[in-house]
Amino acid sequence: MTDLSRIRNFSIVAHIDHGKSTLADRLIQLTGTVAERDMKAQLLDAMDIERERGITIKANSVRIDYPAQDGQTYVLNLIDTPGHVDFAYEVSRSMRAVEGSLLVVDATQGVEAQTLANVYQAIDAGHEIVPVLNKIDLPAAEPARIREQIEDVIGIEAHDAIEISAKTGLGIPDVLEAIVQRLPAPKGDRDAPLKAMLVDSWYDSYLGVVVLIRVMDGVIRKGDTIRMMKTQATYKLDTLAVLKPAMTQIDELGPGEIGVFTASIKQVRDTRVGDTITHEKKQTATALPGFKPSVPVVFCGLFPVDANDFEDLRDAIEKLALNDASFTYEMETSAALGFGFRCGFLGLLHLEVVRDRLEREYDIDLITTAPSVVYRLHLKSGEVKELHNPADMPDLTLVSHIEEPRIKATIMVPDDYLGDVLKLCQDRRGIQADLTYAGTRPLVVYDLPLNEVVFDFYDRLKSVTKGYASFDYQLTGYREDNLVKMQILVNDEPVDALSMMVHRDRAEMRGRAMVEKLKDLIPRHMFKIPIQAAIGGKVIARETLSALRKDVTAKCYGGDATRKRKLLDKQKAGKKKMRQFGKVEIPQEAFISALKMDG
Amino acid sequence: MPEVTRFDEGGGFGLYLHWPFCQAKCPYCDFNSHVVSRIDQNRWADAYEAEIARAARETEGRVLRSMFFGGGTPSLMHPEVVDRAIAAARAAWPAANDIEITLEANPTSVEAERFRGYAAAGVNRVSVGLQSLRNDDLRRLGRLHSAEEARAAVAVARDVFPRVSFDLIYARQDQSVEDWREELAEALAMAADHLSLYQLTIEDGTAFGARAAAGGLRGLPDEDRAADLWEATQAACAAAGLPSYEVSNHAREGAESRHNLIYWRGGDWVGIGPGAHGRLTLDGRRIATETPLAPGEWLARVEEAGSGESLREEVSRENWLAELLMMGLRLREGIDLGRVEPLGAAALEGRIGGLEELGLLERVDGRLRTTVTGRPVLNAVLRELLT
Ligand SMILES: Nc1nc2c(ncn2[C@@H]2O[C@H](COP(=O)(O)OP(=O)(O)OP(=O)(O)O)[C@@H](O)[C@H]2O)c(=O)[nH]1
Ligand SMILES: C[S@@+](CC[C@H](N)C(=O)[O-])C[C@H]1O[C@@H](n2cnc3c(N)ncnc32)[C@H](O)[C@@H]1O
Ligand code: SF4
Ligand SMILES: [Mg+2]
Repeated sequence: MTDLSRIRNFSIVAHIDHGKSTLADRLIQLTGTVAERDMKAQLLDAMDIERERGITIKANSVRIDYPAQDGQTYVLNLIDTPGHVDFAYEVSRSMRAVEGSLLVVDATQGVEAQTLANVYQAIDAGHEIVPVLNKIDLPAAEPARIREQIEDVIGIEAHDAIEISAKTGLGIPDVLEAIVQRLPAPKGDRDAPLKAMLVDSWYDSYLGVVVLIRVMDGVIRKGDTIRMMKTQATYKLDTLAVLKPAMTQIDELGPGEIGVFTASIKQVRDTRVGDTITHEKKQTATALPGFKPSVPVVFCGLFPVDANDFEDLRDAIEKLALNDASFTYEMETSAALGFGFRCGFLGLLHLEVVRDRLEREYDIDLITTAPSVVYRLHLKSGEVKELHNPADMPDLTLVSHIEEPRIKATIMVPDDYLGDVLKLCQDRRGIQADLTYAGTRPLVVYDLPLNEVVFDFYDRLKSVTKGYASFDYQLTGYREDNLVKMQILVNDEPVDALSMMVHRDRAEMRGRAMVEKLKDLIPRHMFKIPIQAAIGGKVIARETLSALRKDVTAKCYGGDATRKRKLLDKQKAGKKKMRQFGKVEIPQEAFISALKMDG
Repeated sequence: MPEVTRFDEGGGFGLYLHWPFCQAKCPYCDFNSHVVSRIDQNRWADAYEAEIARAARETEGRVLRSMFFGGGTPSLMHPEVVDRAIAAARAAWPAANDIEITLEANPTSVEAERFRGYAAAGVNRVSVGLQSLRNDDLRRLGRLHSAEEARAAVAVARDVFPRVSFDLIYARQDQSVEDWREELAEALAMAADHLSLYQLTIEDGTAFGARAAAGGLRGLPDEDRAADLWEATQAACAAAGLPSYEVSNHAREGAESRHNLIYWRGGDWVGIGPGAHGRLTLDGRRIATETPLAPGEWLARVEEAGSGESLREEVSRENWLAELLMMGLRLREGIDLGRVEPLGAAALEGRIGGLEELGLLERVDGRLRTTVTGRPVLNAVLRELLT
């Protein structure tokens, strides 16, 4: 156990790509926490999907021993956090487990949307903040200007911001000293009953459920029997360890310390992030306040391609949810797709990441239905209902009016692209709320319907600004608008999984785009197939897929009979991957591509 | 005479001999063909003879309606080898009076020189692989002959053999419907009474297959152009008196390939040579046979084990029905429903009805056949019927 005065706990926060994970690498490396031969770039981004996309998705913690200039060795617990807005819940959770933050700002980019959002969260959490100017090695770095910008835009002291290059290692010793000198030590009472915060948990195929905790008061030891206060589950600890970042066994953890335990936990539902862990016998009187639950803003259905995989999908979703508290799910059935789950996400990237992880880590092929936001239906009866799934839209005659969620979108963009960004927001039914300058960079604030952002806003924004815009949003509330449910009919049969809610004024455009896309995606059949978008009974867009004209094997002689028969057998098996809509078969891939929000 | 051919339902009995060598491998071709520096032709003649004698033991007394030397490039065979194989077959089975003996030939001048030798050996029909009458396209198809040589070879063939057919490959890269109409008109002008017109198929495991997979081989027709090319072909051939009697085969009445009709009508044939397949109906059971693809392996088997077969299995009734439909629906005449009923065709009633409603199949006089619109989409029709 470590003396409180020699512990420092902190998170590393920044806008996406400003270099948090690279800074974490340098801190791990300079302190010799990981052997040189085991080092690799963004060491903590261990998931395949993180490495492929080059972004952090999960917050990760590491314990570092640092012999400081004062001659004392300190225990540092750092938590590297994701920068993308869709994973903001990871950041806010992490901040609750530590006392300070390193605020990384890319000295070539300056303050961006998520820089602001993270600073405010850190201030809320009562953190001491150490600003760090990164990427000083780049010729485009302007530390003096950015320092000023931090003071102007964020309003925090920045004259002692540390100039570093996480890439070359420049300035890293100063960061380590600042952590020790400028961040506060944790507080806690080692004689009080155990009170620990359940910060995170995940499923490991060898160890089972692994729980990450921060001890507030008391001491937890290997072999202890503990109780999760919210779920009332009790378990006996099998192992207790700290992350360096590999699990390293330890006998006990005292106040201020961060570590993990395993306890043969079978029910993954028993571990809820934010829960308080105490001893089974000597319990703490007051539980921690818990985390604010995250509010999913985008929903979609996830269905197994192969109906037989439903139970595997359920199991996979439960395990994944353990590791991702911002993801919600409930069972759903669809006429077209069978049994699946209606899932809630913090944004589209989040949706994509969860789907990808389910497919890869649990090896399940999935169909994703069109993403949708949560609408508020005001029924004529006076009842107010939440609509998560357009397929559940009641008869229009019962509905008095519909409200949709709106967001406050903050976009920072170089002057050159300002016009394009304003046009994009305007096209998406946006209302301009503010246009100011952060230094020389325009900062645009728009009031936008979330529904319009969910569709393909990020992609459009990225493409019109060549990737130079930064974007952040917050939900602001609900507002009534002229919203309708658009159905897609293939050969006159409605395909429930493709229905969506749209603004009446945008329905034609969206309907047209969808039917055109489907026309390319559905293979020709032996008859022609009308593909329509309709509101109520009214068709607003229509395409016709012509009948198949040519598909015959040119040469078929004696030796080809066997081959051809085997091909038909294979096609028979392939048919299972088709979804039948009346007489029309839609291949899985077509379905997935139609629902892709981009392109 | 034509009537007899058309409704000779059992399908008859024939012999297929595979010659697995070519001078060069064409980039589109996935036939079992190999390029080698030396061939011991005598050894091959011995092996054919031995295999014919072996096959005859279980098919004794059947009337041989046709023999077919296929390849590869059988026009690389020494006429002596052809002669010995024909003599062996004639000794093994009673031959029909009008037995058809076909040999596939490539149209280089060297090969045309051997034509008289083949005729003397008993070959009475050749099928010449012209592929194109345009030199640019012949080059793109990797052919070793020119259009001029091809025309000359057909002329020699017509002089030497009573029956001549030739093959063309269309739906080539950058081929417009107009270009093809012109080329086909020239071909029809030099045709005797039979033509095989194949749309270029990109096969896996060929040079074209690899190029197409790598995004090369541009200018191939999309489905609509392939359909336009098909329709232009049907119209031009019909107008010239050589309507299609099978998906890719066109003939004057009575000039159909008797040998190939055995396959399409679900008859029996013995398959000899590397990679040759056979089908025999023995005691009411349908038997499929196969041989190894590698020439050396096949020879060794024949010489050492006394049989070239590497597989012999019974075709289930379900698969037999599938084969009859797959092959028979390629023919304009279609299939005799009476023949497929015992194999459980009744179970397909609903699907057949649906395809009739779509105008793709029709039932006339107890026969089931594809309509003019059904034939070019036969694969889809078969998927509907059989999957
Ligand atoms: N030139 C230079 N590049 C840097 C520096 N620090 C980070 N980078 C590069 O910036 C990119 C993003 O770095 P990361 O460390 O992944 O950024 P991050 O903030 O962790 O990103 P997210 O976790 O996705 O929010 C990578 O390509 C790094 O190599 C630096 O000091 N100098
Ligand atoms: C066994 S092959 C060739 C016989 C002979 N060796 C020749 O090349 O002339 C029979 C015919 O199939 C056709 N053929 C081969 N491969 C083809 C392909 N990939 N697409 C279309 N037709 C093909 C050619 O017309 C060829 O003449
Ligand atoms: S097309 Fe004919 S010559 Fe060319 S490789 Fe095939 S069999 Fe041989
Ligand atoms: Mg990162």
